[in-house]
Amino acid sequence: MSEILSQLAHYFEYPFVRYAMIVGVLIALCSSLLGVTLVLKRFSFIGDGLSHVAFGALAVASAVGLTNEMIIVLPVTVISAVLLLRTGKNTKIKGDAAIAMISVGALALGYLVMNVFSTSSNVSGDVCSTLFGSTSILTLSRAEVLLCAVLSAVVILIFILFYNKIFAVTFDESFARATGVKAGVYNLLIAVITAVIIVLAMKLVGSLLISALVIFPALSAMRLFKSFKPVVIFSAAISVFCAAAGILISILAGTPVGSTVVAADIAAFGICWTLGAVRGR
Amino acid sequence: MALLTVKNLKLGYEGKTVAEGLNFTVNSGDYLCIVGVNGSGKTTLMKTILHLNPPISGKIETGEGLKSSEIGYLPQQTEIQRDFPASVWEIVLSGNLGHGGLRPFYTKEEKAAAKRNIEKMGITDLTKRCYRELSGGQQQRVLLARALCATSKMLLLDEPVSGLDPTVTAEMYDLIYGLNKEGITVIMISHDIKAALKYATHILQIGKDNFFGTKEEYLKSGAAEQFNEKGEESV
Repeated sequence: MSEILSQLAHYFEYPFVRYAMIVGVLIALCSSLLGVTLVLKRFSFIGDGLSHVAFGALAVASAVGLTNEMIIVLPVTVISAVLLLRTGKNTKIKGDAAIAMISVGALALGYLVMNVFSTSSNVSGDVCSTLFGSTSILTLSRAEVLLCAVLSAVVILIFILFYNKIFAVTFDESFARATGVKAGVYNLLIAVITAVIIVLAMKLVGSLLISALVIFPALSAMRLFKSFKPVVIFSAAISVFCAAAGILISILAGTPVGSTVVAADIAAFGICWTLGAVRGR
Repeated sequence: MALLTVKNLKLGYEGKTVAEGLNFTVNSGDYLCIVGVNGSGKTTLMKTILHLNPPISGKIETGEGLKSSEIGYLPQQTEIQRDFPASVWEIVLSGNLGHGGLRPFYTKEEKAAAKRNIEKMGITDLTKRCYRELSGGQQQRVLLARALCATSKMLLLDEPVSGLDPTVTAEMYDLIYGLNKEGITVIMISHDIKAALKYATHILQIGKDNFFGTKEEYLKSGAAEQFNEKGEESV
């Protein structure tokens, strides 16, 4: 045990390991907060769709040769989020199909652009790391960590300030709207925050695995708790724990960061599901 | 000036007309039942009154200082709510949001109002329970308590007894009738013409032939029989 600890202490002397830890925990916290709302609103797949959009935008940004990809990726993802949440409101099937369409469309075009225009010698390596986030979290700069911390703080602050409204709009949009809550504005807010989180989370787990960060903690918490506030709090806690555990394990065992974090989330879901089933009997 | 005046209203969604030529007024203390066969536009009318759905043409005016956000609404249950993790307390409290503006948290008065309305609906012992584990009748009481947090003037109820067994249905009707006696104006959509005639002061029938008037006028007009035949068939 002490051997593992001293090994960890050694690793934590490197700033990039500390950065990865900070960013990982913050992203996990933000994504789980929004995750509860998205799962309950039947928007689980929006995370997936948006992450593919972000992937496509990233491909275009790097093909154009931008040094700061965020300038393209963030606005494109935000706009897609707004459009997707809007179509999802009218009819279920239309929203479903729109997400699937945008999702695979952006993925295909993104890969195409990367392949045709890339200047890098290792295209498949680039694609792999964008999809599965294998190394990007360990190559964060100080500025990126700061940006991530600021955006996370904004997301958490907005979530706390609008917590009651988000609950009302999620539970019963018609009632909220009828009694004068500006549901449209809050839906827009949810869409924008979701997009920001997705773009941030790409660094941690890559664009294919983002949905896991959004849905697993929420689903785990719903196995065990029956009121909204405990579900939100527990889902945030379990998400942070899994992210931290996943990053530590990946450092020690040399496994890819993103998939290790997601594996930890899956394990946590399994445990919560079992506990819920045992207690339910 | 009436609490609610509807003039020559034509309603529908996505450009399709569902009902037209609607004219009626609701005065403070009225109990209006909206009847009509399935698809005649009852729910659409309610959503239009609540500004959830824009009218195609015509006017809806509120009077006596009734703001459109001061109408309490009991919607039909949605699929999302059936497995939603929320406690009774959280749901009832959310009825207060409409008059809070941008204020992020609930005030003491709002919490007191929620507590009072939970008591009024006789579900104090369920306050901490999970909504999805309650029976249909209990869930309707929760939603009614929430609607009461939003209004002290007017309640709009969309089929409040659908899916409830006869005993619970009778209890629900009594509860609503009691609220009406306390001075809350009630507008209710109902499939159940017998209950409508028992409790309502006014009837609005929409469909091929619109009718609006007091219960007595409705019985005399013979419009009810026409509905009865169709209603019986559809049961």
